[in-house]
Amino acid sequence: MFVLVEMVDTVRIPPWNFQRQLNEAVTEELNKKLANKVVYNVGLCICLYDIIKLEDSYIFPGDGASHTKVHFRYVVFHPFLDEILVGKIKYCSQEGVHVSLGFFDDIIIPPESLQQPAKFDEAEQVWVWEYETDEGAHDLYMDQGEEIRFRVADEVFLDTSPTGPSKAAEAPAVPGAGAGAAAAAPEPEQKKEPPYTLIGSVSEPGLGLLSWWNN
Amino acid sequence: MDVRDANAAMLSNYEVYHLLTDLKEKRKESGKKHSSGQQNLNTIMYETLKYLSKTACSRQSPEIVKDFLTTMQDHKLTKAEKLQLLNHRPQTAVEIQLMVEESEERLSEEQIEELIQKVTDILPGDPEQEGEEDMEASADQ
Repeated sequence: MFVLVEMVDTVRIPPWNFQRQLNEAVTEELNKKLANKVVYNVGLCICLYDIIKLEDSYIFPGDGASHTKVHFRYVVFHPFLDEILVGKIKYCSQEGVHVSLGFFDDIIIPPESLQQPAKFDEAEQVWVWEYETDEGAHDLYMDQGEEIRFRVADEVFLDTSPTGPSKAAEAPAVPGAGAGAAAAAPEPEQKKEPPYTLIGSVSEPGLGLLSWWNN
Repeated sequence: MDVRDANAAMLSNYEVYHLLTDLKEKRKESGKKHSSGQQNLNTIMYETLKYLSKTACSRQSPEIVKDFLTTMQDHKLTKAEKLQLLNHRPQTAVEIQLMVEESEERLSEEQIEELIQKVTDILPGDPEQEGEEDMEASADQ
């Protein structure tokens, strides 16, 4: 589930922190910068593991703070492909079952990767596994809050850095004219895409709600 | 910022759990000077500890992990498979088949039973769960 990632960065220590030990000040700055953040193509950063090397610190003209190049290792959440994980069902929607690990929420199990045959119960907004045995069909509900074991099928990293002014909606330079056209102007709600999404699968024996497989 | 090695090492859940509990102790001892920018660290530490404390890793120790890895040496499992067995503590053959690739070809039924036995013996289990099983077993008798 977790890996160590070796990184290098220049850490800026403001003058009011000069009385602290350099290691501590650097640790605090790195944690402030990276903890609970997703790094593109790397994963969700948890906390600093250790500092490998501190290079010389420099002070640049115009800025009283010191800049130090640091080589360090960070604990990152980055499950490998086909890893088995256990999480809780957050909610179900047409797109699939949304699972959460507490510290990481963006896990989705699409309908085609559910135990087949599966159907979506609109009334209760829940996915159901229609399990057939010789005695007849049992409906196994995937309820909210249930613990679920799934396999990591895929991961999607999105670059969520700001895109710049060219993509912004055209500024209303002509307020008077085109009164009708302006009706559609209220910017469509920006749907925030998560920077890191895991796609899961429960279509194997042993996967799915823990209660299905415990005797 | 430069990523030198995106996969320098794999960490077991126990190692991360231990690291975070130590960090929490240190931060509690040193007082609350640093609340301003540290909210993210606090959040992620709290949530990750909450998740990990409910798994098998919260009852492990470095000796247990070492014992487990030495015992697993004869079974010719990959690092990723041993890591998953350590993190999940499977109790049934179905779980072993999920974590070990091509287990039908590589392991016979007795070997799978042997694996389950070793995992149950070396890695400590959930005392509540085992208390229930003991009670059921004695009730049957």
